[in-house]
Amino acid sequence: MAIKRNMDPKKCPMPVQDPMVRRNNFDEVALGYTYEMAVNEAKRCLNCKNKPCTTGCPVQIDIPAFIERVANEDMEGAYQIIARSSSLPAVCGRVCPQEKQCESKCVRGIKGEAVGIGRLERFVADWHRENCKEAPAVPASNGHKVAIIGAGPSGLTAAGDLAKLGYKVTVYEALHLAGGVLVYGIPEFRLPKMIVQKEIDNLKAIGVDIETNMVIGKILTIDELFDMGNEAIYIGSGAGLPRFMNIPGESLKGVYSANEYLTRINLMKAYKPGSKTPIKHSKRVAVVGGGNVAMDAARSAKRMGAEEVYIVYRRGMEELPARKEEVEHAEEEGIIFKTLTNPVEVLGNEAGEVCGMRCVEMELGEPDASGRRRPIVKEGSEFVLDVDTMIMSIGTSPNPLIRSTTPGLETNSRGCIVTDGENGLTTREGVYAGGDAVTGAATVILAMGAGKAAAKAIDEYIQNK
Amino acid sequence: MYKIVRKQELNPTVTLMEIEAPLIARKAEPGQFIIFRAKEDSERVPLTIADFDREKGTVTIIFQIVGGATMELNTLNEGDCLHDFVGPLGKASETDGLKKVAVVGGGVGCAIAFPIAKKLHNLGCEVHSIVGFRNKDLVILEDDFKAVSDKLCMMTDDGSYGTKGLVTNALEQLIQEGNAYDEVIAIGPVIMMKFVAQLTKKYNIKTIVSMNPIMIDGTGMCGGCRLTVGGETKFACVDGPDFDGHLVDFDEAMHRGTMYRDFETHAREASCNLLNKEVR
Repeated sequence: MAIKRNMDPKKCPMPVQDPMVRRNNFDEVALGYTYEMAVNEAKRCLNCKNKPCTTGCPVQIDIPAFIERVANEDMEGAYQIIARSSSLPAVCGRVCPQEKQCESKCVRGIKGEAVGIGRLERFVADWHRENCKEAPAVPASNGHKVAIIGAGPSGLTAAGDLAKLGYKVTVYEALHLAGGVLVYGIPEFRLPKMIVQKEIDNLKAIGVDIETNMVIGKILTIDELFDMGNEAIYIGSGAGLPRFMNIPGESLKGVYSANEYLTRINLMKAYKPGSKTPIKHSKRVAVVGGGNVAMDAARSAKRMGAEEVYIVYRRGMEELPARKEEVEHAEEEGIIFKTLTNPVEVLGNEAGEVCGMRCVEMELGEPDASGRRRPIVKEGSEFVLDVDTMIMSIGTSPNPLIRSTTPGLETNSRGCIVTDGENGLTTREGVYAGGDAVTGAATVILAMGAGKAAAKAIDEYIQNK
Repeated sequence: MYKIVRKQELNPTVTLMEIEAPLIARKAEPGQFIIFRAKEDSERVPLTIADFDREKGTVTIIFQIVGGATMELNTLNEGDCLHDFVGPLGKASETDGLKKVAVVGGGVGCAIAFPIAKKLHNLGCEVHSIVGFRNKDLVILEDDFKAVSDKLCMMTDDGSYGTKGLVTNALEQLIQEGNAYDEVIAIGPVIMMKFVAQLTKKYNIKTIVSMNPIMIDGTGMCGGCRLTVGGETKFACVDGPDFDGHLVDFDEAMHRGTMYRDFETHAREASCNLLNKEVR
C-alpha cells in the first residue's frame, strides 16, 4: 500500500507528565504516543533502501520494515519484526540512547529531526502488550543446555535468542527478582517495573527457566554448571562494586552509592509508603557524577521529597555523559546543575551525619586521553555546599565473585572479563561473557547487543562441536 | 522453597531455625552468611550461618528478635517457608595452620562463633572458648560450646551465671596465665570486638573479627556494607565479613550501624502492633 509521507521536519513530541506534577510522583514521565501520533510519525520514515538506521542498532532491528508496518497500521506485524531481533522491545524503546544510535543515522535527521524510532518502538511494544493476549509459541527443543549468569538485559537477551533456537536455557540470578539493572537501578518513572516483568514473563513463556537467589561463584561454580550438563555458559553478571572518591567523610551517615540509593528505592520499593526497607528522607542532596545513573538518583531524590537536589560534576554541561533527554527532564524537574565543581571533603556533625560538602570550582584545560578537556582546580575557589545527603555516582568496577572462583578465566587490570572480539568468548572454552562484566559500566542496549552476539556464537560453537 | 524444618526458642529473644537449603548446605563454611526475606515484601537481612548439615541439606540460623524483619521471621513456624534465602555469601573464615585459638563470643554473636569453634576443634586445634552474656536467662549454646572446646569460660555481666565480668577480663587472664594463642577470633557486638582487639593488640596476638554491617544485596553491588580497614574502604559482603581486628575502624562501623535507628524503632513498634492484631 502506498504511503503518503509526512514531510514535517520535526518529530512528533513525546507527551509527558507536567514537570511540576511528576517531580512529586514515581509514575512514568513519558506517556507514549497515541495510535494516531504513531501512525503519523511512522509516515515520516522514507523507508530508505540501504537502511542506515539499522547499522546504528546494537541488535540490528529491521527498523524501516517495522516502521512501514506501523504506517500501514499493522501493529502486530511491526511487533513481530522487532521481536525477531530484540527480546526486550518495551525496555529498549524507553531507555536506549537512540539519539546516539539508530536516530543518529536517520536520513531525515540531515535536514530536520530524525524519525522518532525509539518512540515508535515503544509504541509497538506497548500496543502488543495491551492488545495481543496470545501466548508465544514454544520453540521445539534441540536437546542442548545452556546456563546464563545474571538476569539483566544482557543475560535475558542471550536467553531469549537461545531459547528461540530450541536451547534449554536456565538463567541464574543473584537477587530475589529477575531484571538486573532494569529492576534495581532504573527508576519506575523511567521504566515501569510492570513492563520489565511482562518482558520476563514472555521469556518464561517460551521455556526460559529463571532461578533467583543463586549467586554463581558461591552456591555453584562455572565448573559445576558444566558438570550439570550445560554445554556453554554466558556470563552477564553486570557491574559491581560502586566507586568512591576516597575523600574524607565518605563513611558518614548520609553518604550513599547511587547503586545503594536506587536499589533501596527501586528493588526494595522504599518509595512506597509502608515499605519495610528504610531510606533517608533528605532535604538537600548532592549527587556526584554526570551520567544517566546520576540523573536517575537526582530525580529519585526529588521525588522522595528533597527540597534542593544538586548534580555536582567536575566538567561542564557540554561534557555530561548522560543522555540529553535525561538532562533536560532533570532540569525541568528543578534539579540544580553545579557543573565545573568537584567535592574534596564530606563534612559531618557530632552524630556522624552529613552536614555539608566542601567543594572546589574547576576549569577546563587541555584534552586528556579520553579526548575530553581535563578539569583543573581553580585556585582559592573552595566553598561549602549545604547538603545532608551525598550520592556517589561515579561508576563501578566489575563484580569479583565469578572471576575469583573460576580458574582459567582471565580478567584485565580493571577486573573486567577478557573476551575475544565481538562474540564474547572468554579464555575458557565454552564460556562467553558480555555487558558490564566485560566493558565496565555502559548502557542497557550495549549489554543486550553483547548478549545477542554471544547467543549467536554459542549456537555456532555447540552446533559445530 | 526454603522450608523451616526445626524452630527452637533458645531464650526469649533468640530463636534458632534450621532451614532446608541443600545447595547452600553443600557449600557453606563457618564465617559465611546468608540473606533472607521472610515474606515477599520483606527487607533483605544478612545473618551469619550458625551451622549446616551437608547430608540433611539444611542451614541453621540463629537470630535475635531486634527489629521488624526478625520479628516477622519469628512469626514463621516449622513447616512454613521463607520467601528468599540466598548464600553462602562472603568469605569463609581461615583456619589454615591454627594450633591454638581463643574463640570469643558475645550474646547472639556466640551463634556465629560456635561453627568456627567446631571447625577448629574438628581440625585438631586447641580451642579455648570465652562466651559472654548479659545474664543467665540469655545464655545460649552452652552445651554446644562445651563439646568443642578444650576450655570454656562462661561470663555474665551481672554474675548470675558463670563468672561475673566481661569477656575481655577472661581473655586477659588466660593470656596472662601463659596461653600462647596463634589467633583470637572475636564475634559479637561491635563494641565488644573493639575492646577485644584493643586488648590483643597490647599482647600482639592476631585477631579476627566478624563484621555485620547494614547490607542490601550482599553480592558486591550496593556498597552499603563498606568499612574502613587499615585506612582502605572494604566491603563486608565480598571482602569479609572477617577482617583483621587490629585494622578495623570500629567507631565508624558503630556510627554507620545506627543509620536507620529511628526507622527501626518505628518498624519495631509498627510490627508489634500488627502482630498483636494478628494474635487477637
